[in-house]
Amino acid sequence: MKPAGSSDGKSSQSKDPGQWVLRLYVAGTTPKSVAAFTNLKRICETHLQGKYKIELIDLLVNPALARGHQIVAVPSVVRQLPAPVKQVIGDLANEEKVLVGLDLRPAQTARSEK
Amino acid sequence: MKAHSKHSLRKTPTGIEGFDEITYGGLPAGRASLVCGSAGAGKTVFGMEFLIHGIFDFNEPGVFMAFEETEKDLVENVVSFGYDLEQLQSERKLVIDHVSVDRFAIEETGEYDLEGLFIRLANAVDSIGAKRIVLDTIEVLFAGLKNHAVIRTELRRLFQWLKDRGLTAVVTGERGDGTLTRYGLEEYVADCVILLDHRVTEQVSTRRLRIIKYRGSKHGTDEYPFLMSEDAISVLPITSAGLSHTVSSERVSSGVPDIDAMLSGGGFFRGSSILLSGTAGTGKSSMAMTFLLAACKRGEEALYLGFEESTDQIVRNMASIGLDLRPWIDKGLLHFHTVRPSSLGLEGHLSSIHAMIKRVQPKVVVMDPISNFLSVADNFSIKSMLTRLVDFLKAQQITGLFTHLSTSGGSLESTDQNISSIMDSWLLLRDIEHEGHRSYALFVLKSRGMAHSHEMRKFMLTDSGVQIGDIYTSALPSRQSCSGGRP
Repeated sequence: MKPAGSSDGKSSQSKDPGQWVLRLYVAGTTPKSVAAFTNLKRICETHLQGKYKIELIDLLVNPALARGHQIVAVPSVVRQLPAPVKQVIGDLANEEKVLVGLDLRPAQTARSEK
Repeated sequence: MKAHSKHSLRKTPTGIEGFDEITYGGLPAGRASLVCGSAGAGKTVFGMEFLIHGIFDFNEPGVFMAFEETEKDLVENVVSFGYDLEQLQSERKLVIDHVSVDRFAIEETGEYDLEGLFIRLANAVDSIGAKRIVLDTIEVLFAGLKNHAVIRTELRRLFQWLKDRGLTAVVTGERGDGTLTRYGLEEYVADCVILLDHRVTEQVSTRRLRIIKYRGSKHGTDEYPFLMSEDAISVLPITSAGLSHTVSSERVSSGVPDIDAMLSGGGFFRGSSILLSGTAGTGKSSMAMTFLLAACKRGEEALYLGFEESTDQIVRNMASIGLDLRPWIDKGLLHFHTVRPSSLGLEGHLSSIHAMIKRVQPKVVVMDPISNFLSVADNFSIKSMLTRLVDFLKAQQITGLFTHLSTSGGSLESTDQNISSIMDSWLLLRDIEHEGHRSYALFVLKSRGMAHSHEMRKFMLTDSGVQIGDIYTSALPSRQSCSGGRP
């Protein structure tokens, strides 16, 4: 599916991101993790509507994943797909930074350039 | 001196040779110790040895959290020390967790904490029941994360956590400019601080270790040489082996019956140190080799540490005075270790000598000549190195003979004053010129614990080895008696 939901199909070449997979790592239900989830959800709804998936991983439940996924700080959101892997830590309060951190920006910039 | 504290601090032995001696037992148990030093000072190796000894010697599993090196790098680096970390991991005795924090790949926004790190640590510790833990170098977090206030809060929490868990931890930190560590880790680790130092003076590298602080415990305060050899690291306290080794009254032959006779009939004491000094060409090496061969003939392992000639050259030269070394080399009793003094620093030599001695397990060792080290180090350093070597030999009841090239002209006795105090016996070879002829004399300047001769005896190298002649009298020998080799 080339058009990728956004206006013109030329925006991204053959490498269409398609589905975005974002993993949110938290350690239990804390105010920070709740805030991070809410913020991430809102940002995704705004910029990736209909083509994203958030996987919530509670490290208290799956502690071994912290090592496997190189998690040090929580909350932490990792852009699993599309590659490359990107990471943003914190409660994601600043939308601008989240967009830059997850590299949601260049797609839009590219589109506006065309 | 609060010597009578009710309970002395519980300690965890590191198993690192020498270190547990200078700390009177090791690191504070259940607490974190800071090991700091500049890059390449040996912090990582110190931490790794602490864990490996814990596993092998004390049956305590360990966790190594590497913030700088990857697991693969660590495994490869430690292979050179003879340890198989992968196997230890599969045996569930060790966990290596490489923590990667890449400032360029991570964006930060809003509040966060380092609970992820805690979970990782706890998971690693719990998975193998670890008792020991190394955090190497946790300061990397400061470079990787922007919010230093968070890191500081979390570090404080981390050290408390380690304490609550009763884990004995080694935390490494890179030395900062004028501070012990770049980000002031020392303020979190209050109990024990160790400084590793690697300096190069006149192209010679020296590693040293110093205990800066050890709360609630006495400890050595000197700077101790710290060696990293092929198979282990060790700290060499100058005083520890020192003067507490057992002494033997067994005698070891010098290889020349007449010289044994000069030493109240039996030769040197086993485990003693012998200095053989003399000017160039007086026969020191030949005498030393005779001593080694005597050991081989008794069936003992002998080690020659040479700093002047190659093994082949020595074998050839000794053949000229009737000493055939080949059979003993072939039998595996006579071992050679020949290197140029300038090839390594003093500490490097000491560590390679240590490694060699540990491998060969000799009963007698010759170092020929010690004066060659003057080209790479000053008198004081050489003395300090020799003291350590002598202590090391004595602790294992190895008899050591050290040759020393005296500079002609100066008083022989004063030249060697420096090192003679650590030697038990001192033999002097002197050349005497008389009527256009040069001959040699040997005498025993001192030999602790025995009534030795005070005679000056003729010393000859004949085609059947070292020979001792009559007492040197003012009436000097005729030419024939000397060159003929028959006194």
